[in-house]
Amino acid sequence: MHSFANPTRFLRLTRALQPWAAGVALVCLAAGLYFSLFASPADYQQSETVRIMYVHVPAAWMAMFCYVAMAAGSASFLIWRHRVADLVAKATAPIGASFTFLALVTGSLWGKPMWGTWWVWDARLTSVLILFFLYLGYMALYNAFDDQARGARAASVLALVGVVNVPIIKFSVDWWNTLHQPASVVRLDGPSIHPSMLTPLLLMAVGYTAFYAWVLFLRVRTEFAAEKIRALRFRQAAVPPARELKSQEG
Amino acid sequence: MKRKHQRMSLLGLAALAIAGAAALILTAFEDNIVFFHSPTDLVTKEFSPTQRLRVGGLVEQGSVQKQGDGVTVRFVVTDTAESVPILFKGILPDLFREGQGIVAEGTFRNGVFQASEVLAKHDETYMPREVADAIKATGQWKGDE
Repeated sequence: MHSFANPTRFLRLTRALQPWAAGVALVCLAAGLYFSLFASPADYQQSETVRIMYVHVPAAWMAMFCYVAMAAGSASFLIWRHRVADLVAKATAPIGASFTFLALVTGSLWGKPMWGTWWVWDARLTSVLILFFLYLGYMALYNAFDDQARGARAASVLALVGVVNVPIIKFSVDWWNTLHQPASVVRLDGPSIHPSMLTPLLLMAVGYTAFYAWVLFLRVRTEFAAEKIRALRFRQAAVPPARELKSQEG
Repeated sequence: MKRKHQRMSLLGLAALAIAGAAALILTAFEDNIVFFHSPTDLVTKEFSPTQRLRVGGLVEQGSVQKQGDGVTVRFVVTDTAESVPILFKGILPDLFREGQGIVAEGTFRNGVFQASEVLAKHDETYMPREVADAIKATGQWKGDE
């Protein structure tokens, strides 16, 4: 595992995997959208409104998955000082925030016709909103310091503190009375969702995950490139013109 | 102990402390975190008649009646142990029907719940209509209809 902390090796890996992730994401999302919007049955209670679920549920899963990935990267950065892990966490934050936003918006659009309200302060909705703010807080804190290393450390600590929210989101529907319904797929007695609807949902979930990997690889490589540029500029500014020739030779 | 092991145990301890703190806070605020109370809570616990609260449960079969003014609806919400009559004036959500889970917000006075808002609670079962009809036809239906 620690061998991937080597930036060169990690970059080589991302370069190799990126086209595969992109391919899987595009195929699964295209197929998933076709099945969920056109080739799947309407629900017996919700009728066509059920189709929002295929966009909403995987987005909510990814919101939590990305947060765990971000926290794992932060922990690895704080313990072993792995720069790669920090960049993975940093690159994950905006992706996870986008998934969370998508889950909140689609959930709201579903809630109005089904529940009769856009928003309620029940435990599930509130904890997901807190998750969204944790992502925003992480990104803000990361960039709040002149010294980037300090920002990275402070943001990593925040990411780890916030991880306590993830089990709260997952089990909020079991621990308390909520308006939000309990889990349909990840539950002890098997999915309570018909296979004809579960298939498109899982297709979408695979598509979302591959999309995350794709964008993550892209963002991590961009971060590395940006870092290299920063280092070059810094050296350029630091080295007086007279010695520039010499340093280029060396 | 190497420094990275020090950091690891520090993080582990901090995680335990935070998890413990979160657990204590959530237990302490239990009553504020629940989105609605059950009819049993409403009957057994003491609530002030002016306190706004929410009650959730299933709409009892055959209990929905339109009142004389044409806009007020009276129905009974039950958790199978206790039931509470609800008066509501307004538009009910599409999913509202007898047997359906609902959440009503309002005040509980003299044994009647005066609701200002009624929300439908959706359950976690998803299936096509034909499948639902087929299950009902075989008599295996475990849902609330």
